[in-house]
Amino acid sequence: MLQAAAFYILAGTAVISAFMVVAARNPVRAVLFLILTFFSAAGLFVMLGAEFLAMLLVIVYVGAVAVLFLFVVMMLDVDFAALKEGFLSYLPLGGAVALALVGILSLTGISWVVSDTAGAALQTPVPPDMSNAEALGSILYDRYVFFFQLAGLVLLVAMIGAIVLTLRHREGVRRQNIARQVQRRREEGVELVEVKSGEGIG
Amino acid sequence: MFEIGLGHYLTLAAILFTIGVFGIFVNRKNVIILLMSIELILLAVNVNMVAFSSHLGDMTGQVFAMLILTVAAAEAAVGLAILVVFFRNRGDIAVEGVNLMKG
Repeated sequence: MLQAAAFYILAGTAVISAFMVVAARNPVRAVLFLILTFFSAAGLFVMLGAEFLAMLLVIVYVGAVAVLFLFVVMMLDVDFAALKEGFLSYLPLGGAVALALVGILSLTGISWVVSDTAGAALQTPVPPDMSNAEALGSILYDRYVFFFQLAGLVLLVAMIGAIVLTLRHREGVRRQNIARQVQRRREEGVELVEVKSGEGIG
Repeated sequence: MFEIGLGHYLTLAAILFTIGVFGIFVNRKNVIILLMSIELILLAVNVNMVAFSSHLGDMTGQVFAMLILTVAAAEAAVGLAILVVFFRNRGDIAVEGVNLMKG
């Protein structure tokens, strides 16, 4: 009973805030609703027994991705009211696609069954005597270690890509040239002048 | 009704997925909302993965949900970087002009 109440509250929050993400007029508000969606999804993950993923969702999504979105939304000086203009004209097409998708998904939902042999086909059954994080780690660093490394590589490439895309050298701004600095020799920088007393360096 | 099972979570994921696709079709002009819709779709997939993982008692679903999370974070970073460059070049972020990015 309590579980059902928690599920319906979290799921309702997730659905309403997800709808507000796509319907919000103000993108800052959309990002905040996205954060609310992720928080409710994290609560649902906790209910499903995936505590580690729930924490990951809060830390990675809310802490990094959503804040990145917020930064970009606030940094770009866009007339957001003008961006919302086409909303109503695209509504019929969007609604039709959404309805078709609902139809397809409910057809799938009605017709599928879990196979009897599904239990025997489990690759990595949940170990009974471990916490969720421990169990996840024990197969992530063992059976799926290459996937793990590949995920790290994906993040590295994304990081380099983002830096390469946004880095720019503006004209007319003096930048430090370290190689030039290091190559500088004494002859270029220092000059010895015989100064006569009382005359100064003309 | 009061017994929360796999079907409930799958229904929720289906609703989230549909909202995400709806958002992509409706927000033609705002690339930021479009990226957020993609995040919603990936979240729906993650809910599915974790729900099946919990229902079948198999950890693999959670591992793959984690990998999806990684890819989603990378996608958001690169997408927003492209968005910033695009805004710098054009002064707005309307999707209609994106085909100008072709070389």
